[in-house]
Amino acid sequence: MDAIFLQILNGLDKGSAYALIALGLTLIFGTLGVVNFAHGALFMVGAFIAVTFSKVLEISKVTVDPDKVDFLGNPAKIKVPYVVDWFGSFGDWIIDYTIPISLLFAIPVMILIGVIMERGLIRHFYHRPHADQILVTFGLAIVMGELIKLWFGSESIPVHVPEAYKSALDIGVWFGFEPGSVIYPNWRLVYFFFSVIVLSGVFAFLRFTTFGMVVRAGMADRETVGLLGININKRFTIMFGIAAAVAGTAGVMYTGVNKPVFHMGMDFLVLSFVVVVVGGMGSLRGAVAAGFLLGILESFASMPLVKDAIAAIGLPSIDQIIIYLVAVVILLVRPRGLMGKAGVMED
Amino acid sequence: MGILEVQNVNKHFGGLHALNNVNLNVEQGSVHALIGPNGAGKSTFLNCLIGKLKPDTGSVLFDGQPVLGKKPHEINQLGVSRVFQTPEIFTDLTVLENVMIPCYAHRDGPFRVNAFGRVRKDKGVRDQAEHMLEDLGMKEKMHAHSGSLSRGDKRRLEMAMCLVQEPKLLLLDEPTAGMARADTNNTIDLLKHIGETRNITKVIIEHDMHVVFSLATTISVLAQGAIIAEGLPDDIKGHPKVREAYLGEAEV
Amino acid sequence: MVRFNDKLTLLIFTALVLAAPLILAPTGAAYPDLMQRFAIYGIFAIGFNILFGLTGYLSFGHAAFLGVGSYAAMWMFKLLSMNIIPALILSVIIAGLFSLVIGYISLRRSGIYFSILTLAFAEMSYKMAYSVLTPLTNGETGLQLALDDPRILDGVQAQDSLPSTNLFGFEMKEVFWNPHIFGYDLQFNYGYYVCAILLILSFYIAMRIFRSPFGLMLRAVKTNQTRLNYTGISSRPYTLAAFVISGMFAGLAGGLLATMDPSVGAERMQWTVGGEVVLMVVLGGMGTLIGPFLGAIFIKYFENIFSKINEGVVHGWFAYLPDWADNLLAAIVSPFVGKGWHLTLGLLFMIVVIFLPGGLVDGGRRLFRWVIRADKKDIGV
Repeated sequence: MDAIFLQILNGLDKGSAYALIALGLTLIFGTLGVVNFAHGALFMVGAFIAVTFSKVLEISKVTVDPDKVDFLGNPAKIKVPYVVDWFGSFGDWIIDYTIPISLLFAIPVMILIGVIMERGLIRHFYHRPHADQILVTFGLAIVMGELIKLWFGSESIPVHVPEAYKSALDIGVWFGFEPGSVIYPNWRLVYFFFSVIVLSGVFAFLRFTTFGMVVRAGMADRETVGLLGININKRFTIMFGIAAAVAGTAGVMYTGVNKPVFHMGMDFLVLSFVVVVVGGMGSLRGAVAAGFLLGILESFASMPLVKDAIAAIGLPSIDQIIIYLVAVVILLVRPRGLMGKAGVMED
Repeated sequence: MGILEVQNVNKHFGGLHALNNVNLNVEQGSVHALIGPNGAGKSTFLNCLIGKLKPDTGSVLFDGQPVLGKKPHEINQLGVSRVFQTPEIFTDLTVLENVMIPCYAHRDGPFRVNAFGRVRKDKGVRDQAEHMLEDLGMKEKMHAHSGSLSRGDKRRLEMAMCLVQEPKLLLLDEPTAGMARADTNNTIDLLKHIGETRNITKVIIEHDMHVVFSLATTISVLAQGAIIAEGLPDDIKGHPKVREAYLGEAEV
Repeated sequence: MVRFNDKLTLLIFTALVLAAPLILAPTGAAYPDLMQRFAIYGIFAIGFNILFGLTGYLSFGHAAFLGVGSYAAMWMFKLLSMNIIPALILSVIIAGLFSLVIGYISLRRSGIYFSILTLAFAEMSYKMAYSVLTPLTNGETGLQLALDDPRILDGVQAQDSLPSTNLFGFEMKEVFWNPHIFGYDLQFNYGYYVCAILLILSFYIAMRIFRSPFGLMLRAVKTNQTRLNYTGISSRPYTLAAFVISGMFAGLAGGLLATMDPSVGAERMQWTVGGEVVLMVVLGGMGTLIGPFLGAIFIKYFENIFSKINEGVVHGWFAYLPDWADNLLAAIVSPFVGKGWHLTLGLLFMIVVIFLPGGLVDGGRRLFRWVIRADKKDIGV
């Protein structure tokens, strides 16, 4: 029982990332009618905003301490990051909270990148065939990945999580399990709550604001909304920016879960597409539900107990491919996905 | 017994009773027009006939065979061709190629991999297509890119594609919708010409009364999902229920 | 304007392909390994074009068939014989069966759904090759030849080194003619000519399909499926047939890659490899006959050239400039060459889709027309 609980928790952080990326993908599908193969790259760029920020904070003033020598006998150099030098203990705090503070930078930067992408590139592809949209965004995804690789190298780069969240929490106790049976890293819990907040924020925004209402109406029937004399294009540009910001912030926070690397965008992209398709193209709730579902499923398949059980009936381990298998089965049974509506993206 | 027999067809969309016990009997060789005000259920009815929608209850017999639940290509292979409201043609292909495709469908059935035949040297099919185009006066345009044709020519081409299959029944869904008067008259002349040269039963769904009364031999009136009147054109003109249904909509 | 008929096109194509070691000599691309790649990826792209170019269905999953073809060929080398004939036959058959299954499922949907489904299948095959199918694929190490493989047809041989792939005794790697012409050292090897003949055959098959009623139906699928269905044609089997045919071409290409270098790893099945073949077709000109092959050559040639350029070479180019200009230009250029080749590739992808949707063939045509028009103006016509 506790093992099952642990696996559900383990699936949550991956599921959160899938849900956040898939939400943006679906928003863009639904509003602009464009398949954005560069959406994973936005997630990756977000992660590297955090990396950049942490590198900037690490820039240090080097002073020579005349009293001490290093092992070669030279005067020892002391590195003090400028922020610490300037702000003292507040500087230490800033460095400690690199990731959350990066969010503040990431949001405007990502919105800007999103708007530039939409205005500069995607806009010119609304009336081109879907294949062209896929190809041009695929090219863009490669370019973005390679630029990051050029700048940051091909190795993954760690970004430290705040000291207070470094340890793990014995959550099992809260739910009446044995102490020590369900231990969960704090930061993953933070990531999950973060995603819940962002997801509810987006849903509330779409539900309760006029802007959101127009966007939802546009998703249902773009032409009619256009006829009402509402400048739908401007709103769609903003929507693209928001989707980019969601993906970007998801990337920023994810640096605390896994070390960012330039190809993480592509890795997540393929799975996020599967998530979107399983959830049902154009369905926001479907994307979120399918994201968590597949994340948890993936985690279950990698559970030793399940692996043994599968091996016992003579099957090889399937944790790597479980998502795809489930996706194929779901699409065979329900071709429109779990919550897909008829007529979305079917021409 | 008619070539097309529709019995007690019902179709609901949520709470809307789109088709209410529709019965229709189309006689062999007739030109049967189905008219009715906007939202009467004409399109729904047509979509039920050609396999796009499945009615809740009822039966449709074509030439004695049930067609409900069959796919569009299966119904076509039985001998039903359809002309769309906006002409559906293969805009990337030439006019001649457009007409050759239905020839192949007629000859080879719904699927046949003939990967080593040569379209250009397929004399039989090519002659058939060229004759058809000649008959409809489009032979000089046969090497043109069909996407660049005028709307009237696209309509003509679509007719050619349907007729070359030698269908037993031709369904026409508002063939003159959105056309200027001259184009409409051309289409009427075209349909008259087709009627004179071939004995094909036609079902026309139409808004334009001028078209209907120029062509139809029988008229059925659909209003709010039900057939409210049926008869010869002259009977329909004076029918009180029809006047009521169309009140303020068009001069009957 | 000159109009090529099919016979002439095929003749010129054959002549060019057969004379490639001579023609390519001045470009520095005339060594057997690279020319074989041209031919193999040419086959891959020509096959892919039958699906994508004619029906418009964009598959991202064809890398899976390439990989499956390679694995199948490897198993033939290990179990049966180093002769390439059984290996190639099996790779085409297995890839065909595999694409039948994947195509049958993916083609239940069209448009974007189809692309994403094939993408998912490619990724799934890639992951399976790493994990579940390790007994067949040897996982991360990749499948290689071993001294103690049975090779039942080849008989017991004194094996002190790994055998090489051959065609009835003619070794693929062997250079059978090594003349010096016009100061160039030319190499004619069996491997290239096997690939070349299969390439010509593939081109011929593609040409026949393009001109056939089957090809006409495939183009009709791309243009208007509604009309096609209401014309009594069932579009799905046609698309599936195109999918399987292109899968078999991919399998053949995969098999040939294994004959060139008898080892295969799962990375050959990664979906980005499938993305590369899409680029080849788009770059050359989708739906044209010669375009995909041109695209394949273009990409493989520049991949080869660009990957070899390092910073030293770049500085060499600008050595005559003052130092600051040399450094500046080198700093601008070097991200795009060497390891940065993928960056160039991505940019190329975007540029082609944005500015040249018809690909090289279309670009060439436009240029040709423009030149002719300019000519006429000059003489006042």
